[in-house]
Order: sequence, then C-alpha cells, then structure tokens
Amino acid sequence: MKIHGTVHKYGNNVDTDVIIPARYLNTASHEELAKHCMEDIDADFVNKVKPNDIIVAQRNFGCGSSREHAPIAIKASGISCVIASSFARIFYRNSINTGLPILECDEAANDIKNGDNLEVDFDTGIINNLTTGKQYKAQPFPEFIQNIIKKGGLLNSIK
Amino acid sequence: MGMTMSQKILAYHAGLDEVKPGQLINARLDMVLANDITAPVAINEFEKCGADSIFNKEKISLVMDHFTPNKDIKAATQCKQVREFANKYDIVNFFDVGQMGIEHALLPEQGLVGPGDLVIGADSHTCTYGALGAFSTGVGSTDMAAGMITGQGWFKVPQAIKVNLTGKCTGFVSGKDVILHLIGMIGVDGALYQSLEFCGEGVSSLSMDDRLCIANMAIEAGAKNGIFPVDDITIKYCENRFKRPIMKFEADDDAQYAKEITIDLSSLRPTVSFPHLPENTHTIDEVGKIKIDQAVIGSCTNGRLDDLRAAASIIKGKKIAKDVRCIIFPGTQEIYLQALREGLIETFVEAGAVVSTPTCGPCLGGHMGILAEGEKCISTTNRNFVGRMGHIKSEVYLSSPAVAAASAVTGYITDPAKI
Repeated sequence: MKIHGTVHKYGNNVDTDVIIPARYLNTASHEELAKHCMEDIDADFVNKVKPNDIIVAQRNFGCGSSREHAPIAIKASGISCVIASSFARIFYRNSINTGLPILECDEAANDIKNGDNLEVDFDTGIINNLTTGKQYKAQPFPEFIQNIIKKGGLLNSIK
Repeated sequence: MGMTMSQKILAYHAGLDEVKPGQLINARLDMVLANDITAPVAINEFEKCGADSIFNKEKISLVMDHFTPNKDIKAATQCKQVREFANKYDIVNFFDVGQMGIEHALLPEQGLVGPGDLVIGADSHTCTYGALGAFSTGVGSTDMAAGMITGQGWFKVPQAIKVNLTGKCTGFVSGKDVILHLIGMIGVDGALYQSLEFCGEGVSSLSMDDRLCIANMAIEAGAKNGIFPVDDITIKYCENRFKRPIMKFEADDDAQYAKEITIDLSSLRPTVSFPHLPENTHTIDEVGKIKIDQAVIGSCTNGRLDDLRAAASIIKGKKIAKDVRCIIFPGTQEIYLQALREGLIETFVEAGAVVSTPTCGPCLGGHMGILAEGEKCISTTNRNFVGRMGHIKSEVYLSSPAVAAASAVTGYITDPAKI
C-alpha cells in the first residue's frame, strides 16, 4: 500500500501530553480527540493538516503516558503515517493496535523537512521524498502486522 | 545462557524453560489494570470485537482515580461506563470514590500484585510493581482489552540494564533522588525497550516506598519495566497483604546485560528535574533562586506514607510561604487515614497547605491544581513535559517530597537541609 502526503516535522521526545493533552481525555470520541491533536506543540496543526499528511519526528516519539488516545487522535486528524528515528515502546504498540501506520528510519527522520512531499510504500518500507528526490528504506512490518494496521487495529483484525 | 530476573518471570509465565532477548512470547497474566481514562477505550474495544466474558473476575482491576471525584460531566460519563461494565461482569476489584486510591499506590497496598507476578496495565506507571519483584509494564487500552478477554498477552523479551546500587542514601536523599539521578545519567530514552534491573548491597537500605518510587519512574527513562530483587523488606511488606504464594525469581549469575551502571547512593544529593524533561536534572546545590507559585506533594510516585512523613517533618510548626499554594495528595484512603492518625494532616492544614482526596488530578493537568501561564510548580510527580500541569507556558520542577516541602515553606526551590 502506498500513500502520498505533506510532512509536518517535529523534533526529539514528542510526548503524548503534547500529542493529546490530558485535559481532553474526558472523552474517548475519535472526532473530539482529533480536534486537539498536537495542540500543545503546534497549536495550528489541526487547521493545516490535510488528509494523508505525514508526521516526521526524531527520537523517542510518543514518550510518556500509555494513552491510546494519542495514536487515535493522530489517525483521526487525517495523518496517514508517522515516521521517526525511534518510538517510545507503548506508543509503538498502541499505533499497531489502533491501525496507525508507523515506520522507524533514522536517516529519513533527520533529513526530511517540514512541508516536503513524500510517497511511502508500507509493503517495502521505501520512502520517496518527492521534494528532494531522495529515497530512504525503512524496515517494513511483517505481513501479519500490516494486516492488523490495514484492518484498522488489533481487535478489528481478530473479530 | 543465563537469564535476567525479568526474563525469568516472562519465561515462567510463558511456560518456557528459557527465553532470549528479542523473542516473542505469549504469557499468562496475573493482573490486568485500567483507570477511568483508559478503561472506557478498552471497554469500547472489548465490545467492538463482540466479547461477552472476561477471563477472571478477580484478576482485573479498574480504578477510578484520574478525573475523580468526577471533574465534569464527560468524566462522570466515563466513570459511569466503567462502573456499569464492572457490575455487568462482576469485577471484584473495581475501586470507586471512597475505596479508590491512586492505582499504583493502591494495588500494592491491597495485595493485588506481588513478587513474581506478570502484570499489564493501561497506564504507563504500571511499572511501579517491579518494586515488589513483579514484571509489570504499561500497555494501551487495546492490549488491556485483549488481556481482559484472554488473560494473556504477547511480549517481546527485553534486554536489561543492570543498575548496581552501593552505599546508603544520606540526609534528605530518598528514592526520588535515586531515580531522577539515573534518568539524568541515561536520558528519557536511555532504557528504551529494556528492563532496568536494580541490584547490589544498596538495595537493602531502600524502604519499599523508596523502591515503589524508583520503579514507578522507570518509564521516564523509556524502560519497559523496572525491577527489584525480592528480599526481607519485600516479604515483610507482602505479609497480611498479598494472598498468593510469593514467587521469588533471581537473575542468574551469568545473565547478560546490555549495560551495567553503578550508583553510589551515599554520593547522591537532593535532585531536581527542570522543565521540560525528567532528564534535565540538577542537584539542589546547582538550582539557584527559583520562585515557585505552587507545590504539589503526592501522586503515584510520591503519595505514600514515607513521603507524607518526610514532608510533614519539614513543614511542622512552619507556615507555607505567602503566594504559594501547597497541595497534598495522599495516595490511598489507607494512607490518608494513617496520616490523619499520625497528625500529619493536622500539620499540613495548620501550615496552610490543603489536603486532597487521592486523585491523579494535578499531575497530568486534569484538575485540582492547574497552572496558569508563566507559573512555576515544584512537584513530587513524575513528568514535567510542556503543558503537563496546565498552560503550555507553565513550568514543572520534579523533586522529592522533602525538597517540595522545604520549597513550599520558603517560596523558592530549597535544600531541605537549609531551612
């Protein structure tokens, strides 16, 4: 599966509190959560994000709380994929479980700039930067994990 | 090849003689936990996949601690959903206002988790129970839902960092200073995907409350779990609490570690993490003059009796500084009651502090102590991320209860030895 999108770029240690501040966790509604996605790191994010856009960040993306609301909010905001140098482990697992595609690729995460246009192929892990012409290779997920993501999350995939 | 303590617990619960780092295993769970924020998402997932039963009504804990007593209508609705679910499936360990405490103070105290257990919780600080010699880790709501249905979970076997503790803490240095120091050394992703295994002769000088605080913040170094050996202090703590037999696992002598670190406890100083990451540590001697607007003493990290006693011993007979709000959160009803019996609550109230019911409230910027733009708070909680306790331009400084109490009295971040 391939996606095209524009990059929203962030740095190291983007924590789940800035992805979805706890003050909004009094609901599990995906639409409500999406309205406040990235609010405390990038207040304008919800106004500029377009369907299929891509978040690129550096080390330890999603650190902090175990709130599954974080990948849910990102996915519901329209983001099609998160690329980072590394992910915090609970966020990594939650992304798969909620069907948010993620890729670890240090070189891509360091090179790619805000506003770049990317083409990402989840089957091969190839990331093409259409703005610069540069190509990167991330480790794709094995087929069974890709299937969980395609079906929209773990429990959708086993029911 | 020898195994670490964490690997041995995972192997046992997977019914395997041996596991290796990186191996994927399916393992039997002893306790599955969620709170009033994460349980609703788990229940939605549970229902979405058509489940109509739980694996064991005694091995699920649902604790209404984050936005309780209900902070608004939406929070009340979430608690109602969890309450109805707990009633429908006859879940024994459902803790509502009146019985509830902050989950990671409550579960050890109630004897619901103990040595050798394998525990998952839809809360990142579930790693706290490693203090008791359990393998315990935070997961998301979907994993928690699957755990409620099947009583099992899949795990990637972690490597470990061995943290050798020598010497004894001196003066006002406590478990909080130990873990802040370690996070300062290795960084907020220094133990990513790994276990932090604490060992060495220094362990025996740490109280259970110190160990619970240290294991609690293993996640702040990115760790999958933090774990302590089971010793006499553990066994004494479990007496009259933990109902199941104690399972004592020990790391093999030839266990392989990704890294080894030694910390001489006697060399540590009271430590403060500056905004906006727990790794931004400074000893109290390097802090300088920082004026505070609020002091928070409590939480799943530092809301236990040792913590309240340390704070009260500093505050006793003094007054909270003008222009400082000092808010104290005992971890559980039992801790609250004991603090009342010991006169600690009286000490706090007489000094001009307020004492709250147990709740996670201010720690995550939920309610009961939110910060305005530009305000600074010294807090015994576990995270100081941007906006963690309120406005994105507010600042949280993490410290021990002793430092927070001394700071509440002077109005500036203060060395408790100097007041």
